[in-house]
Amino acid sequence: MPNSKQTLVVVGNGMVGHRLLELMVAKGALDRWNLITFCEEPRVAYDRVHLSQYFVNKTAADLTLVEPGFYQDNGIQVYIGDRIVEIDRVQQRVKSANGVEITYDRLVLATGSYPFVPPIQGNDATGTFVYRTIDDLDAIKTYAEQSRVGVVVGGGLLGLECANALKSLGLETHVVEFAPRLMPVQLDEAGGEILKEKIQGLGVQVHTSKVTTDIVSENGKLASMQFADETSLQTDMIVFSAGIRPRDELARGCGLQLGERGGVVIDEACQTSDPKIYAIGECALYQQRIFGLVAPGYQMAEVASDHLLSLPTAQQFTGADMSTKLKLLGVDVASFGDNFAKTPGAKALAVTDAVAGTYKKLVVNADGSRLLGGILVGDATAYGTLLQLMQNQMALPGSPLSLLVPASSDNTAALSIDNLPDTAQICSCNNVTKGQLCEAIRDDNITDLPTLKKCTNAGTGCGGCVPLVKDVLTSELKKSGVEVNNHLCEHFPYSRQELYHLLRVGEIKSFEALLAQHGTGYGCEICKPTVGSMLASSWNEHVLNTPHVGLQDTNDAFLANIQKDGTYSVIPRIPGGEITPEKLIALGQVAQEFDLYTKITGAQRVDLLGARVEQLPLIWQRLVETGFESGHAYGKALRTVKSCVGSTWCRFGVQDSTSLAIELELRYRGLRSPHKLKSAVSGCTRECAEAQGKDFGIIATENGWNLYVCGNGGMKPQHAILLATDLDKETLIKYIDRFLVFYIRTADKLERTSTWFNKLEGGLEYLKQVIIEDALGIADELEAQMQYHVNTYQCEWKATVESAEKMQRFRHFVNTDAVDPSLAYVQERGQKRPATEAERVVLNQSKDALVTPAH
Amino acid sequence: MIREVSTTTADSTAWVTICALDAIAPNTGVNAQVGTEQVAIFRIGQTDEVYATGNFDPFSKTFVMSRGIVGDRQGVLKVASPIYKLNFELKTGLCLDDATVTIPIYPARVVDDQVQIGASCHTRS
Repeated sequence: MPNSKQTLVVVGNGMVGHRLLELMVAKGALDRWNLITFCEEPRVAYDRVHLSQYFVNKTAADLTLVEPGFYQDNGIQVYIGDRIVEIDRVQQRVKSANGVEITYDRLVLATGSYPFVPPIQGNDATGTFVYRTIDDLDAIKTYAEQSRVGVVVGGGLLGLECANALKSLGLETHVVEFAPRLMPVQLDEAGGEILKEKIQGLGVQVHTSKVTTDIVSENGKLASMQFADETSLQTDMIVFSAGIRPRDELARGCGLQLGERGGVVIDEACQTSDPKIYAIGECALYQQRIFGLVAPGYQMAEVASDHLLSLPTAQQFTGADMSTKLKLLGVDVASFGDNFAKTPGAKALAVTDAVAGTYKKLVVNADGSRLLGGILVGDATAYGTLLQLMQNQMALPGSPLSLLVPASSDNTAALSIDNLPDTAQICSCNNVTKGQLCEAIRDDNITDLPTLKKCTNAGTGCGGCVPLVKDVLTSELKKSGVEVNNHLCEHFPYSRQELYHLLRVGEIKSFEALLAQHGTGYGCEICKPTVGSMLASSWNEHVLNTPHVGLQDTNDAFLANIQKDGTYSVIPRIPGGEITPEKLIALGQVAQEFDLYTKITGAQRVDLLGARVEQLPLIWQRLVETGFESGHAYGKALRTVKSCVGSTWCRFGVQDSTSLAIELELRYRGLRSPHKLKSAVSGCTRECAEAQGKDFGIIATENGWNLYVCGNGGMKPQHAILLATDLDKETLIKYIDRFLVFYIRTADKLERTSTWFNKLEGGLEYLKQVIIEDALGIADELEAQMQYHVNTYQCEWKATVESAEKMQRFRHFVNTDAVDPSLAYVQERGQKRPATEAERVVLNQSKDALVTPAH
Repeated sequence: MIREVSTTTADSTAWVTICALDAIAPNTGVNAQVGTEQVAIFRIGQTDEVYATGNFDPFSKTFVMSRGIVGDRQGVLKVASPIYKLNFELKTGLCLDDATVTIPIYPARVVDDQVQIGASCHTRS
C-alpha cells in the first residue's frame, strides 16, 4: 500500500512551511501522500511575528506553532537540524546536509528569507548580529548582558520590533535608518515624523537619513559607527535589520527561473518553472514582488495545497493585501491599501494631532465615496472598521473626515458589524470571514472569545482583528438571546452580589447552610474562598473556626503568605508605617531567632520570609507578646494605610496625615473584601504617600481632607477619582465606611475597586449619589455593617495562639513533629534564600548542608 | 516521634494508622509521614469518607497538596493545588486541568474513628 502513495517534500519548516503541512492534513492528504519536511533550525516552526516577546514573557515553547503530537500523530517525517543542499530535478531527488536522499513526486520550497546585511566595512565584527531566529535572539541576549548601548540598523517594521527587543533587554537603544523617515514602505513623511517623535518619547533614539560608512572595532570589540555626514555613534552592539532577501540558492542550483534580484518565480498556482516544484512564502516571487508578511505566505500555502491535491475548487494566488497593523514599541501603526494615493484620481485627507501624537490619513476615490487606503499612527483603533469599508467597497459617509474623528456619533452607522456581508474577511492572517465566525458561534455554541479564537483561528495571527471578532461574537450572542452568565461558579447559580444579598437577608452563617439553601454539590476553590470572605465581612467570625477553615485559600488557612517553596512569609501590622525603635528591634530579634529572610515591603511594613508552617505559631507567640498584630497581608482584606510624616515633621505638610492613617488603619484592619484593599494619606498636595494610586486615598487640604477612590497601582495602574473635597474627619470616615461596604456588597469576586468602578453603571455621578446623597437610602445600613465589623474585630493571630485547637493545625505532618525534609536554602547577601534546582542537587549530595530546624 | 503507628494484616493491604478522624477538620486535608513518603489525606464533609494522594504538587514542586481546597467539578471530587490552583481528582490522582499529569494515590479508610493508609501507593496507569 505505501507504494501507492506519492511523496511530498517540504523544504523549510518556518511559519509558512508548517502551515502548508497543516492544510494538507486538514484537506485529507494523508490517504494519498507521504509528507516529509526538513527543518534547518534546531526547533520546529515557531511564531516569528511575535519574536520580540521572547525577551519579555514568552519562552521558545510558548512561541511554537506546532500542536503537541501533530507530526507524530499524522505520520509526518520531520528532519530537525538538517537542510536540503541539492535538488536533482531529473531524478526528482533531494539530498540533505546529513546525507539523507529522498525521491519526491512533488517538492515545495518554503525556505523563507535571510536578513540583509548592508555591505559596510566591519559588518562582520564581534558584536554584530541579525534578528531572525530564536538562536539569533539567544546570541543577542547573551551579548547584551555585557553591553550598555545597542544600535539597530534599519528603521522598518522588523527594525523597530528589534529595537523593542533591545530596549526590553535594558540597553540604551538607537535606530539608524538610511531613508529620511521610519517605515518608508508603510508611512509617508508626516506619519513617519509622528512615529519618530513617539518612539523618541519612549527613550529610543532615532537617526534618519544616516548612511553608515564604517563600523569601527577597538581591541577586538565593537566601538562605534561612522556615518557619511562625518558624525559617529558609540555603541557596544549592532543588530542589522535592513530588509530581507529570499533564500533561493537551492532553486538557483537546479536551474529554476529566478527574478533579476532573486526570488523563485511562481505563477498563480504557486508553481515554479518546474511544475513539480512549488515555492511559497518569502522565497517566492510573484509578478516581481516578494511578500514579506505572514498573511500572503499563508495564502500561498492555501493555494499550493489546493493544487497539490487537485481540488476542484482550487484557489489562485493573485497577489496579496499588504495591509498591516502593528504595535511597535507600544505605538499603534497601521497602513493599508493604496496608502500613497497612487490610484489615478485618488485624493487624500489627513489629520495630524501633534498634541496626542496621532496621525491619520485616508485615501479615497475621486468622488470621495469609496475608501482606497490609509495610514494610522498613534491610534489604530479604527483600522478594523476602515479595512472592512475598503475591502467591501462600502459607501462612505458624506464627509469621509468624520471617519477620522473618534467618538463622533453620526458615523457609527457606517460600519455596524451587522451591516457587513457574511463574505467580509475579518481575519486576514488566517482568512476567516464573518460568515465562518457566525457559523462557529451558532453551531458550536461558543460564548467566549478565547474559544472562538481557538476554534476558528481568527485573531491568532497579528491580533489586529480581535476587537472586530469580539464585536461579531457579542452581536451574534445578542441575536440568539444568550445571556452572559455571571454565576459565581457551577455550584451557585447567582452572581456574587446576589449571593451576598441572600446571605445577609437570610442571616446565613456558614458555607454548608448557604450551599444547602442556594447551591449544589460540594463547592470548589472558587466559591469557597469567595463565600468565606463574604461570611467574614458580614459576621466577622474567626476564619479558622471549624466551619470556615476549609473555605480558606492556603494564605488565609495558615494566616500567612505561601511562597514558592511552600514556606510562608509573616507581615505584622505597622499602622501608618509608624514604628518605635523598640518594636523594630523586636522584629529583628524574631527574624534572627527563626532565621527569616527580611525585606521592607512597598507598604511601609517588614516582611519576614521562609517561615515553616510549624514555626508560624511560635513566631506569632513572640510577636503578640511584643505587641504586634496580624497585618492581614495574607487576606483579601485591608492591607495598609500608608502615610507621609505630615504636618508633624514636614515643613510643607498642612494636616497630620500620620495620625489619620493610623486611625483609619485601626478602624478598617481585618476587613475582608472581594480583593485586597490599599490606602494612603498624604499631608499635602505633594502627595508623597501616593494616595491617588490606592483603593481609597486621602490628601490633606488647608480646609480638611480630599477623598479619592478606586485608584490602583500594580498590573494596571489607574488614577483614583475625587469623590469629595475639604471634608472634616467625621464626614470623611462616614463616606469611607459607606464606600467600602457598598463595594464589598456589590463587587464581583477578586475585583479591585478600580475594575468595579469601571463597570459601575452611572460612574462617578452614581457613586456620589449613593455615598454622599444616599440616593438608595442604604447609608445607615452600610455604616452599621462597618460599625459591626469595627466592634467585633479581633487579632486573628492572638486568637489563634490562645487556642490549642487552632494551633493543632500548624504542623507539617499530622503524625510526627518532623519538619518538611524537602526544604533547602543557600546564603545570599547575608541572608537565606530558597535553593535553585541546580543548587539542590549539590546540597542533596551533602545532606548535612540542608537547613536544620531551629525549633 | 511517630504517634500510634501500627500495621495490621487483616487483608492483603498493609494498613498504617495515621491519626484520629477528628484530627482532620471537615473538608480539609492533613499531611502524613508514611515511611519516607509524604501523603496528603482529605476528609469529605463531616463524614468518614477519606482519600489519600501524594503530598507533592508537581506544578510548584513543593510538598503542599494537603493544604489545597477540597471540592467537586461536575460531581467529581477533587482538590485544588494551593500554589497554582490546578485540580486533581481525589479518587484517581488525575490532573483535571492537564491530562498529562497525575499524582500518586493511596488506599485510605476509617476504622474505629482512626484514619488508616494502605502502605503502598498506586499510580493510575
